[in-house]
Amino acid sequence: MKRVFAYLKPYYFRMSIGLTIKVLGTFMDLGLPWVLAFIIDDIIPFNRINLILLWGLVMIALSIGARTFNVIANRMAAKVARDTTEALRHDLFQKILSLSGKQLNYFTVPSLEARMTTDTYNIHHMIGMMQRIGVRAPIILIGGIIITSTLEPVLTLILVAVLPFLSIIVYIVSKKGIPLYTKLQETTDRMTRVVRENITGVRVIKALSKGKYEKDRFFTVNQDVVDKEIEAGTLMAVTNPTMNFLLNMGLTLVVVVGAYRVDGGASEPGKIVAFLSYFMIMLHAVMAITRVFIVLSRATASAIRIEEVLDTEEDLEEMDIEPRKSDYHIEFENVSFSYATEPCITDVSFGIKKGESLGVIGSTGSGKTTLIHLLMRFYDVASGSIRIKGEDIRSLDKQALRKKFGVTFQNDVLFADTIYENINLGRGLTLEQAKDATVDAQAASFISEYEERLDFKLAIRGSNLSGGQKQRLLISRALAGNPEILILDDSSSALDYKTDSMLRKAISEKHKDTTSIIIAQRISSVMKLDNILVLEDGQMAGYGNHEELLETCDVYQEIYQSQFEA
Amino acid sequence: MAAAPGGHRRISEKNDKPKDTKYVLRGLWYYVSHYRVHLIIAILLTLGSNIFALIGPMLSGLAIDSIEPGEGMVIFEKVFYYAKWMVLFYIASSILSYILSILMIRLSQKIVQKMREDVFTKLVELPISYFDKHQVGDIISKFSYDIDTINTSLSSDVIQICASTITVVGSLLMMIIISPTLVLVMLVTIPLSLLYTRYMARKVRPLFRRRSAKLGELNGFVEEMVSGQMTIKAYAAENAVIKRFDNINKETVDAHYKAEYYGSMTGPTVNFINNLSLSLITVFGAILFLVGRMSLGNISSFVQYSRKFSGPINETANIISELQSAMAAAERVFKLMEESPELPDKEDAVELTDIEGNVNLEGVSFGYLRDRIIIKNLFLHAIPGSLTAIVGPTGAGKTTIINLLMRFYDIWDGNIYVDGNETRDVTRKSLRKSYAMVLQDTWMFSGSIFDNIAYGKEDATMEEVVEAAKMAGIHSYIRRLPDGYKTIINEDGMNISKGQKQLLTIARAMLLDAKMLILDEATSNVDTRTELKIQKAMRRLMEDKTCFVIAHRLSTIQGADNILVIDQGDIVEQGTHKELMDKKGFYYKLYHSQFE
Repeated sequence: MKRVFAYLKPYYFRMSIGLTIKVLGTFMDLGLPWVLAFIIDDIIPFNRINLILLWGLVMIALSIGARTFNVIANRMAAKVARDTTEALRHDLFQKILSLSGKQLNYFTVPSLEARMTTDTYNIHHMIGMMQRIGVRAPIILIGGIIITSTLEPVLTLILVAVLPFLSIIVYIVSKKGIPLYTKLQETTDRMTRVVRENITGVRVIKALSKGKYEKDRFFTVNQDVVDKEIEAGTLMAVTNPTMNFLLNMGLTLVVVVGAYRVDGGASEPGKIVAFLSYFMIMLHAVMAITRVFIVLSRATASAIRIEEVLDTEEDLEEMDIEPRKSDYHIEFENVSFSYATEPCITDVSFGIKKGESLGVIGSTGSGKTTLIHLLMRFYDVASGSIRIKGEDIRSLDKQALRKKFGVTFQNDVLFADTIYENINLGRGLTLEQAKDATVDAQAASFISEYEERLDFKLAIRGSNLSGGQKQRLLISRALAGNPEILILDDSSSALDYKTDSMLRKAISEKHKDTTSIIIAQRISSVMKLDNILVLEDGQMAGYGNHEELLETCDVYQEIYQSQFEA
Repeated sequence: MAAAPGGHRRISEKNDKPKDTKYVLRGLWYYVSHYRVHLIIAILLTLGSNIFALIGPMLSGLAIDSIEPGEGMVIFEKVFYYAKWMVLFYIASSILSYILSILMIRLSQKIVQKMREDVFTKLVELPISYFDKHQVGDIISKFSYDIDTINTSLSSDVIQICASTITVVGSLLMMIIISPTLVLVMLVTIPLSLLYTRYMARKVRPLFRRRSAKLGELNGFVEEMVSGQMTIKAYAAENAVIKRFDNINKETVDAHYKAEYYGSMTGPTVNFINNLSLSLITVFGAILFLVGRMSLGNISSFVQYSRKFSGPINETANIISELQSAMAAAERVFKLMEESPELPDKEDAVELTDIEGNVNLEGVSFGYLRDRIIIKNLFLHAIPGSLTAIVGPTGAGKTTIINLLMRFYDIWDGNIYVDGNETRDVTRKSLRKSYAMVLQDTWMFSGSIFDNIAYGKEDATMEEVVEAAKMAGIHSYIRRLPDGYKTIINEDGMNISKGQKQLLTIARAMLLDAKMLILDEATSNVDTRTELKIQKAMRRLMEDKTCFVIAHRLSTIQGADNILVIDQGDIVEQGTHKELMDKKGFYYKLYHSQFE
């Protein structure tokens, strides 16, 4: 919770002013029973109605003052909560965008989304509530003690005696409750996952008639959620009755002790009435604490999840590596890499010159996509180096490095925005540049069918486009703005052969200066490129042009045969 | 916070008014009635605990009357007597309210559990068409947001209403008994409360709705951007995205602030009305005391009752709006439960057994929409061990055939036979079990790799699973994982690649004892070399089985016994590779575009 509370620091001044106003307002609240006792014990004996009315006006004035001050304080609290949350969310979002591929895999996307939304909402709610309601109970308790001690110090001791018990309950319940709510949240997430899996996998489940199995799976996790919820609820249920009990016992004690005091002439009956009224006010304030608890424990769990992201250190730092002269545009030198323990890329070396094209082909899991991730520095090489124009990519500013590329990933994403913005992606391209890219990417024909053309709005994840249309749009994005290096990772699989070949033609004719890397499954997509890299189990099984590889590379021959001579 | 969402509330921009109240109440009653006894006990406990709590102030007032005579005149006997009863009643009230809380948690959780079970059971029974028409998030929110809302309302609102009624009626009664004249003070405070409540409802409800809507917007934006994080980085578009985010974020927190700006008036205002009534009671009570029409104890009791009295009235607006959104949530849940399930199997449906794999489509017609037929009078015969290939451009409707073979959808006209049995005369389970299927979207659930492969065969042994994995060419990959076959596939299967997932689903299909195989573009995500390996193994495994394959890659289907060429939903050509090439039609063109 520390990291999150640090966001409150700039607002300490505002918060303390708010708190002061709140204290003033609350004291006015507490002043009423005091006046009540005063009227009963000191005014009534005068037998003058106009005096009673006068003090009545004082009470009303106090009521109005209490309301005004409390409302002002609450609004200030809401403002602090707003500003804090805004800053926290901004930082969290920025952090998430800067996570490396490895870190992203660790957190997983759905979990990051939840941290970004539900968790920050919980924090927002908590900060507001703590300032409004959380501080009220302590102020009332302490304020009550101060004010009552001016009325009747001995009876006040009863109030003071009740306090430690209340604190113990608060402590125990919050100590035990927070872990329970964290566990509950985890279980609920698991339940949602099972539901999601059942919706996305409905065809498989029905095909295999696994309805019963899935029902059992859901019932188990449902039972788990219910158990956890009951456990947490049972603990929370202790709070209200025990606090009520303690305060009511105090109240009874006040009556009894008060009786002795009055009998001994040390006190007046009106003061007892005032004390009873205080206990009622406290009862109300304390009741709200249960709600504060639930909010607080939920927010604590949220804060832990948020802090985990915020505390993640950037793992791809800029390094100081001397550049060297090189004829190659892109150069891999003895590159090795592994995601975990198993090597994924082993000793890969090659170089391509400016304007040349490279095809990468190989079986699933052979490390084709990993090469791209390394080249764009989503991960760092374990050994060896990758250089662009002789400069080690680890010595470059990451954003500057990536600006050299136009890239389409496997399963790349489209955003719920216009076609233009999806191509532009904040790069400030002209409409003309975007349009040209759609022509080259063979997307212009389907775009022209929309009345809005480039202003056509895509649905979330581009779900109002077909698979082939999506790929063509993604390729438009990669081609737009004439990138220095073009990368297409298996991005024409949904295109029919004709469109695919026209796309290849457009790239080779219109983007001559662009160095391109094309990862593909089909030999027909790479056979005409300048160089082809054949990967097998993360190692180079062959490198050369189509003719050379047909002569020398067994793996390449095998792929060729499977595609052309079946 | 009166109008703020309670603890359990999630964020939603749903509309919160039920359309058909009676219908919803009937549905809810069905659930509640299972626990009638619990509910009655709960209401009795509420009654008891609140009445006990109401007696307290009366007793303390009486005790004060015994103190009132003042110095040396206090009647201790009476003070102790009343104090004793106060202790007893407060203890009883606390115990009852604790038991009540526990009971209500259990009761509401039982109801919620049953409701979730029912909704899930329903989900399992729904036809595929329901899932094709509804969004994932929409269905999920029924489990999380909607049922949670009902839960909160059931566990607190019902009891709250009972408790409030008792408290209001009880306190009013007590106040009238103590002093009918002083009750007139309430003529000032009650209308004030009501007016304020109405004002708040009107002013604040739209603000809270806006807050939820903005939060929903933020959710959507974040979901999109986080899942596209790599693309954003690749295009160095972080700053542009953060700028857009900041705008949405600002709007979201502002909407929250505006709602709170008004919402946070409630607490102090409720207090103000309480204080006002305390002031008035003090003044008029003091006057009545002077006139000798009221004792000090009476004033004390009256003050306490007036506080009890005004509490629930201020809560009413809150409870009503909570009830309304719970009703709306319940309506959405019940609507789902009313969806018609898959048609049940015919009563005399037979089990398909000893399948040979003879599949025959005769004059089949079908369409997804009532007025749009997409398969017209299709005849197709696949003999045991044959390979039927289905080809065509993307989005041409190739999966439709699969939907019909598996009976995910029912055909309009014609017949589909398996070994001469009309498929609508056999049980769905046995029909579907006779096919092994590898789909385009490689579905994995969160569980171990072993569980995922063994999914279709309940009693599969480790040996069988390993054998299947070996044949799918994924065994060596699995073995290299730190936990081998026990490796847990995490959320969305993000820790393994698409190709590996594909191989896992192939392994899953290999384990089945099916006579027919469906490959839905399954091989298009695996490169050709791996595909070749798989196909060899597949051939070996399914030597005398009937295969239906959907693929883009022409090389893999050249050896097919029959090729269905589909364009825009229609079957445009049918025949062997050679026949179709000789015909120089659509297939011919498709084939040649590969080498341009």
